[in-house]
Amino acid sequence: MAGLSGRMSTVIKAKIAGLLNRAEDPEETLEYGYQKQIELLQNVKKGIADVVTSKKRIQMQSQKLEQQIVKLDTQARQAVAQGREDLARVALERKTTAQTEIQSLDQQVAELERQQEQLTANEQKLRQKIDAFRTKKEVIKAQYSAAEAQVRISEAATGVGEEMADLGLAIQRAEEKTENMRARADAVEELEAAGTFDDMTQIGGGGDDLDRQLAELGSGSQVDDELAKMKAELGPAPTEEPPALEEARPQEGKGPA
Amino acid sequence: MIVRISGEGQFELPDEDLDRLNQLDNAAVAAVEAGDEGGFREHFEQLIALVMTDGAPLALDDLVESTVIVPPRDISFEEARGEFSGEGLIPD
Repeated sequence: MAGLSGRMSTVIKAKIAGLLNRAEDPEETLEYGYQKQIELLQNVKKGIADVVTSKKRIQMQSQKLEQQIVKLDTQARQAVAQGREDLARVALERKTTAQTEIQSLDQQVAELERQQEQLTANEQKLRQKIDAFRTKKEVIKAQYSAAEAQVRISEAATGVGEEMADLGLAIQRAEEKTENMRARADAVEELEAAGTFDDMTQIGGGGDDLDRQLAELGSGSQVDDELAKMKAELGPAPTEEPPALEEARPQEGKGPA
Repeated sequence: MIVRISGEGQFELPDEDLDRLNQLDNAAVAAVEAGDEGGFREHFEQLIALVMTDGAPLALDDLVESTVIVPPRDISFEEARGEFSGEGLIPD
């Protein structure tokens, strides 16, 4: 591979270097390998535990949103039946927002699951490499002169070192992803706290917040479509009686716009 | 030559693949430098595909150093940008 490093551009130049000191003493190398393996194992376990925690939290949020969606849909129907298109619109806006959030949460859960599987598989692979190294070392020692054996064992140690470095990298990436998802889960919680997914029985103060969020939604056409569908399904609203949507009536006294 | 796809393992490829690998590599880097995410994806995926189709996975008890190491398959464009400038995916 003469001139390889010079000719290759950057994508595949990412060489793992200097992770395993090419020790003069193979015993030392092996000892270092074991230490490194134990550290990595602990990191893998921690990484997986983090992944599972984040996954559970996201799944819980997703379930909560599912329940809100059912509630909001029912309320939108009630509102349409009673001619309160304004209320139906608010309920549907919130439903759309909740649906979008669920989609993104579900994608993240799937991503976390992939990470978990990959880390576990890589960790097993590393164990096997270390075992192979131990066996190989004895074979080499028996077959070669001390000087030659040292060279060959160092080469094998480099191979193991690369495997370790690669697993280390996978753990680091998994942790970054988990971190991002935690941030995402926090963001969804903030939206919840701001009442973005509240059902209509909970509309009260905080009108400013609601109006602001509705304005930001930009989900108008989907809501229009759904509203039209609901109206068609439910038929024309009664005209005589005044709107009496028990649960879904917004309370007076929204804050100033 | 031995190629590692980071996070997946090592593959043995015929040396003749080096030129093609190098072309795809250069194209992927050029796309990143131009801020062209689609172009980067396309070339990077071709590069991975080349390794997967022409390469034979190494046995688990093979303990050899890779000739080249390819970044993880699911590398994001942002990661790629960081990788090709600054200190890289795997800092020395």
